[in-house]
Amino acid sequence: MTETIESVSQTIIETLMENPKVPRNITPDSKIIEDLEFDSLAVMNFVMEIEDKLDVSVPLDRLTDVRTIRDLAEAIISLK
Amino acid sequence: MDIFTKFKTLETAFAHLSSISEHNPFGTTIEKMISATIGIINGKETLLFGTNNYLGLSQSDAARHAAADAAMQYGVGTTGSRIANGTYSLHQELEQDLAKFFNRRSCMVFSTGYQATLGMVSTLAGKDDYLFLDADCHASIYDGSRMSQAQIIRFRHNDADDLRKRMRRLGDIPGIKLVVVEGVYSMFGDVIPLKEFAQVKREENAYLMIDEAHSFGIFGEHGRGIAERDQVEADIDFTVGTFSKSLGTVGGYCVSDHPQMDLLRLCTRPYMFTASLPPEVIAATKANLEIIKNHPELMHKLMDNASRFYHALQSAGFLTGPDISSVISVILEDLVQASRFWNRVLELGAYINLSLPPATPDSRPLLRASIAAAHTTEQIDKLVQIYIQAAQDVGVPLKKN
Repeated sequence: MTETIESVSQTIIETLMENPKVPRNITPDSKIIEDLEFDSLAVMNFVMEIEDKLDVSVPLDRLTDVRTIRDLAEAIISLK
Repeated sequence: MDIFTKFKTLETAFAHLSSISEHNPFGTTIEKMISATIGIINGKETLLFGTNNYLGLSQSDAARHAAADAAMQYGVGTTGSRIANGTYSLHQELEQDLAKFFNRRSCMVFSTGYQATLGMVSTLAGKDDYLFLDADCHASIYDGSRMSQAQIIRFRHNDADDLRKRMRRLGDIPGIKLVVVEGVYSMFGDVIPLKEFAQVKREENAYLMIDEAHSFGIFGEHGRGIAERDQVEADIDFTVGTFSKSLGTVGGYCVSDHPQMDLLRLCTRPYMFTASLPPEVIAATKANLEIIKNHPELMHKLMDNASRFYHALQSAGFLTGPDISSVISVILEDLVQASRFWNRVLELGAYINLSLPPATPDSRPLLRASIAAAHTTEQIDKLVQIYIQAAQDVGVPLKKN
C-alpha cells in the first residue's frame, strides 16, 4: 500500500479523534500546538502513537519544523 | 504583541492556579531549617517531606565542619572554570573518591546535576548519532539531546521491548547508538527494570548511560544505585548523578571506565563554560560521601521509612506509583483537587511537592513526597494522618480495599 500525505494526514486525524479532549473540527491544516492546545509532552506522546500505527520512527529533531498535521504527514512520508 | 506574548498560556494557567491555591506551590519559602526534617514555613514548624534530602545529609555535622574549614582555607569561590583556574586539589580529590566509590577509572565533577546530564548527553551524541531516551527522562536529558543535534528517538517508559522495537525499526543505521535511562524516575519514584535494558544494549551493540540521581546512596549493597542492585554495572558505559539529593549539597558527576574520558573535559560546554563548584561545597560533598560509605544503616532506615509510608498510603486507599523508593507519589485526577490537597497538607503541618503536567508523565497531577533516613517513624505516621485528614477535608475519594 502506498501512503500519501492525504492518507497519512487522515490516519493522524483518526488517531487524534480517539482522544475525547481533542476538538472535533480538525483538518490537515490544524496547528498541533495552537489549535489542539497540546503541551510539549502531549505532542511527543501523540507522535509516539502515530509512530507505532505507521511503523515509522520520527526523530524528535524532525518535529521542530512541524506546525500542522499536514507538516507531520509530510515528515512521516519522507522518513518511510 | 510584545516579547512576553508567547507566555500568555502560561500566564493564564498560573493565574488559574493562584485563584484556587492559597499558597503558591512554586514559591514556598523555608524561613529557617530546624533539622533535616523540620523547617519553618509561613512562620510555622513544618515537617519537610519534599526536599530530596534522602539521607538527611544536607544537615550533617561532618559536612558543615568540612565546609567551614574549606571556606577558611581556600575562600568561598573559585571564580573560574575547571579548565582555567577553577580546579583545586579538592576537586581532584572528590573526583578520585567518586571514581573509587563506583570502581571506575575516571570521574568528572560538574557544577550542578543538570549540567552533568546536559553536558554528557549533548557531547557524547554527535550529529549523525542516535539517542534513545526513555519517555519519562528528566528535562536535563531532553535539553542535552537538543543541544547534541543527534537524531532523538523516544521509547515507552521503562519498556525495554519498546526500545528494541524502535532500534530495529531503524534498520542498519550507520550512527552510534546511545541509550539514556534513569535508575529511579523522579515523578512516580518508579524503578527501571535495568537487566532488560542491559540485555537490549548488548544485543544492539549500543552504549548505555544511566542517571542515578534518585538512586545513588539508596539502592545497591554499597549505595551505587540500581546498576549495583541489579548486578549490571559492567553494562553501564556512563553513570551520571547529582550531589543535591542523597549527598546533601549541590553539583553533579559522571563516572566511566572509558579511557578517553579526559578528552571530554576539553569539549563539554556545560563543564567548560561555567565556574567550578566552590571549595566549601566540594569539601562538604567529600565528607558526606564518607558518611554514605561508612553508614549503610542510613539506606536501610530510608527504605524502612519508604516502605512504611507506601504501605500505609495503599491501605488508606490512595493511588500510588508502582514501586517503593525514596520518592512516593499520590496520583490525583485534576488540578483543583491536587491544589486543594497540597494546600491542606501544608496547613496541617507538612511540606510536600505539587507536580503538575507537563512535568508529570501522564497529564495527571501528583503529590510527591520524598522520604528520608532522617525521618522518624512518628514523622512518617504523622504524614500518613495528615494525608488522610487532607483527603477527607478536600474530598479526595479513597479506595477502600
